[in-house]
Amino acid sequence: MIRKPELLAAAGSVAEANVYFEAGADALVVGEDRFGMRLPGSMNPDHIREVTELAHASGRKIYVCMNNLMTNDLLADLPDYVKTLGAIGVDGVEFNDPSVLTSVKTIAPQIKLHWNAEMTATNYSTANYWGSKGASRVILARELNMDEITEMKPQLQVEAQVQIHGMTNIYHSKRRLVQSYMAHQGRPVGDEENLGKERGLFLIEAERQEEKYPIYEDVNGTHIMSSEDICILEDLHLLMSAGIDSFKVETLLKPLSYNEKVLRIYRNAIDLYAADPNAYAFQEAWMDEIRAIQDPERELSFGFFYKEQVY
Amino acid sequence: MEVMAKPQYKGKRYRLAKPELLAPAGNLEKLKFAVHYGADAVYIGGQKYGLRSNADNFSFEEMREGVEFANRYGAKVFVATNIYAHNEDIEGIEAYLKKLEEVGIAAIIAADPAIIEVAKRAAPKLEVHLSTQQSTLNWQAVKFWKDEGLPRVVLGRETSLEEIAAIKEHVDIEIEAFIHGAMCSSFSGRCVLSNHFTDRDSNRGGCCQSCRWKYDLFEDGRSEESWVSEESMMEQAPPALSPFKPGLTQIPLFQPEDNPFTMGSKDLCMLEHIPDLIEAGIDSFKIEGRMKSIHYVATVVNVYRQAIDSYMADPEGYVLKPEWVEEINKAANRPLNTGFFYDTPDHEDHIYEPEEKAVPYDFAGLVMEYDDSTGTAIIQQRNHFKPGDEIEFFGPEGTFFKQKVGSLEDESGAPLDAARHPLQLVRMKVEQPLKNFDMMRKRKG
Repeated sequence: MIRKPELLAAAGSVAEANVYFEAGADALVVGEDRFGMRLPGSMNPDHIREVTELAHASGRKIYVCMNNLMTNDLLADLPDYVKTLGAIGVDGVEFNDPSVLTSVKTIAPQIKLHWNAEMTATNYSTANYWGSKGASRVILARELNMDEITEMKPQLQVEAQVQIHGMTNIYHSKRRLVQSYMAHQGRPVGDEENLGKERGLFLIEAERQEEKYPIYEDVNGTHIMSSEDICILEDLHLLMSAGIDSFKVETLLKPLSYNEKVLRIYRNAIDLYAADPNAYAFQEAWMDEIRAIQDPERELSFGFFYKEQVY
Repeated sequence: MEVMAKPQYKGKRYRLAKPELLAPAGNLEKLKFAVHYGADAVYIGGQKYGLRSNADNFSFEEMREGVEFANRYGAKVFVATNIYAHNEDIEGIEAYLKKLEEVGIAAIIAADPAIIEVAKRAAPKLEVHLSTQQSTLNWQAVKFWKDEGLPRVVLGRETSLEEIAAIKEHVDIEIEAFIHGAMCSSFSGRCVLSNHFTDRDSNRGGCCQSCRWKYDLFEDGRSEESWVSEESMMEQAPPALSPFKPGLTQIPLFQPEDNPFTMGSKDLCMLEHIPDLIEAGIDSFKIEGRMKSIHYVATVVNVYRQAIDSYMADPEGYVLKPEWVEEINKAANRPLNTGFFYDTPDHEDHIYEPEEKAVPYDFAGLVMEYDDSTGTAIIQQRNHFKPGDEIEFFGPEGTFFKQKVGSLEDESGAPLDAARHPLQLVRMKVEQPLKNFDMMRKRKG
């Protein structure tokens, strides 16, 4: 039996947290929109306390996402928030901005720090740099390929987290691009009109009619998401044998039942591999189960795992 | 421009030193023009680690020559090493940075600690300036990088003047900000549209500007249950779900006559707000555009040089000259705006209409020699011109006049009906004295 990698998911509410733990998640990412970006739901400290108690009752973990690009205004609220998280006893904080790193190290040093810069976490040297500043984990860019990930792992002095399922963010602006577009058309968006994740807005690029790119606005600006969902299930063993420490299922913009099912499938695969790596074999039936519930308009793909990029 | 309430920082001047005017230089010739036209420093790209992989980047020999040229004017040369590195990039960083140090580069502009740390250790004479690609927006983050030993931070383009003033108040560090040129509409570095659309890595210089492409905006008309239901979850092997009828369930959020959706932004221009920039405490005014033409760089640098010098000479008596604004518009590729300096950009700050790429003026010729006794100049041809064309001369030492092209001669004195050949030397009569390196431009069309 080998050391099992962690199965991680993002949860947007206490109810979701219950379902995802039940489905086999070892840890959950939660947070508040002000400090964390692209969360499936914004949870206040009371709710974070509730899910943390729930997690710890069964030996699982809660990480709080604080990967926003902070502004001067937000700095004033950081110390209290971090202090509260320390008192709650959350297991980790995901940071991108150095202000969050500094704040956690001074106010709640017992909380582990996970460096989450999304698309700019692309090499081992930088991951180790943040490790030397106090981070214990790097969340690798989804734009890396399998060779880069597996070659990087032995060089890392911190844990590695890799997203194995779901959509990814491909563009983030502070601008209100949907609002601006509607205003340009002479149909400005009213105060009550929802441009958030729930609205189901998407973009189609002129020469890519088959691909739908979700777009939404929130307090952090405008977010555009990938048109495909990563699904690494078929080659999960490669990441497990490489010793990746944590596997994330991105739950954003997916129905609860979909996420639950997906987590159960990965849970089963991880457990089987950990029990006996040599006897482990991927089964096509697992993929069939995911395909059966997959939005037919969103392709399941290996993301960048087998791509060569140029520049 | 809307009249703003006076920001609170007004009246508290932190720094009376003249800000640095920092200009892009896509190649050695552009570097020389940028410096000659008044840049205090230029930034260039080398063969590696820069974000303009398809630009005409500098060899080390060209860098050395550029540094020598710039130093004669007391100007500095910075090199953009602003990629986010991948594992394969790491091995060569040290040798590259040492070479930059050796050829006399004053600073690198870097975003990735994988590069920053090597520079600090292996090339200590190179200053490290934190790139805008880090999207640094707050004073604690700035302080973090100062504590790491960096003398300068290039802020994210999303910072307002008030935020910049507050950063300067909290941290004693040089602050560089973009004041002119094209802008990413995303947070810099937080866009991988190119990677997804074309497999080109935007954060290693492969950006294909997908933000300026055209998109249609829709709302999903399907209910969630239409493609995944609790029932289907219960079934072991559910039948293929295909409730989606293409064309029926996506609701367009535009009318046929509307312009398509785009993320493309207007270009930044802070020329009309020089006093605000100086009073906010910005130490270095950065012009974007390593891919831009010589004419663009010379025109823009020339105008900002005059505006900054004019303000510093007499802050109280400073007035914006209308001809500066006119000059800037002669080089503008796109409509201009003030970015995030005063407020968050809205619908008036994006370009939905088809873009007219054409700059209204061409660089027609470069002044190589002026003969005061005959009132003639030798002009090196850069674009077609002929007798009768309306032209303008401008230069860094006050040259600024219009005239019509009179008769033209080649070097041997033979008359010409037009200057047709690139780099051809042509003699013509000019109405005012000129200096070498003055430029001649011509309205297009």
